[in-house]
Amino acid sequence: MTLHRRDVVSQLLKGRGRLLVVAGLGSTAWDITAAGDHDLNFPMWGAMGQAAMMGLGLAIAQPKRRVVVITGDGEMLMGIGSLATIGVQQPANLTVVAIDNERYGETGMQRTHTAHGVDLTSVAAACKFKHAITATKDVAAVRKLVYKTPGPNFATIKVADDKLPLVLPPKDGVVLRARFRRALLGESADVLPEER
Amino acid sequence: MQPDWPAEIHRELTAAGVTIVGSVPDAGHKRLIELCQADKRMRAVPLTTEEEGIGLVSGAWLGGQKSVLLMQSSGVGNLVNVLGMIKVCRFPLVMIITMRGEQGEFNPWQVPMGENTARVLDTMSVAVRQAGDAQTVAGHVHAALGLAYKTNGALAVLIAQRVIGIKSFQDQRNQ
Repeated sequence: MTLHRRDVVSQLLKGRGRLLVVAGLGSTAWDITAAGDHDLNFPMWGAMGQAAMMGLGLAIAQPKRRVVVITGDGEMLMGIGSLATIGVQQPANLTVVAIDNERYGETGMQRTHTAHGVDLTSVAAACKFKHAITATKDVAAVRKLVYKTPGPNFATIKVADDKLPLVLPPKDGVVLRARFRRALLGESADVLPEER
Repeated sequence: MQPDWPAEIHRELTAAGVTIVGSVPDAGHKRLIELCQADKRMRAVPLTTEEEGIGLVSGAWLGGQKSVLLMQSSGVGNLVNVLGMIKVCRFPLVMIITMRGEQGEFNPWQVPMGENTARVLDTMSVAVRQAGDAQTVAGHVHAALGLAYKTNGALAVLIAQRVIGIKSFQDQRNQ
């Protein structure tokens, strides 16, 4: 049975609890928003290639929270070196999930490198991710990686190349940054402790 | 005598509470990177390309931690698009950049980016502080950290090539 991206992302985020979520630009940002906009979502609207690194920074800064990066195959390919950087850091609380439709969905559905057989899961495994899996039928194993298994973890989820209605998150970067920090850090989000 | 500017930068970073240091190696930053790696209060994060540092510092700040990036001037060219996120989200950013393509340069391939480093940063709304001699380096870093984290500013401190003193391939390897 073919997986569909909106179902997959909404199943991954169901009952998300204290999970911190970063999404790469384009379709995955719309997917996490379709699953329910949340203060602890950081949907990116640019900086293509930096979703996994933003997840790494967040995971290092918040070692007691689970962090998931949900991004597309095209976005992951642009930042593929970051898998090597994450492999060196070995953050136990980070999982990177590539929603792989083998297409650049925002620019006309052109084929990405994964459509030609390039395998992101193998790249992550070679970069010393503790667990690297590919899901084609369901997301149960991916959920376990996201919420429980010590990482760094990587999952490719193969999905259909559906063209879906846009579900847009807030667009103002300052709003996204400020709401995330307030939800995570409380009072110390806006004024530094040393300035109080 | 020239002050020990890498040690002075390290002191500024610890005093400001910086806990994450992202870097792409540079001969001019060799000692500072080693000081940060040896400091248990800091997490040293070697990067495969400077761009990764922008994702790193943004994520770190979302999580409430201060960070800095160390790189050489050629790496600034790799940052252009992703600096847009720093501006749009007003993430604090401090980059400490050792210059190439200036006085004493021996490699012509370093010159085009070295000559345009300050201009590229300025174009992407990163404020530039020029540390032209070793005595001024720590003061600029101190001021940049304060501005970045108290005002959501983006700043780069450029350390002149004559401060670093690399004048040949052999000097570079001997750092």
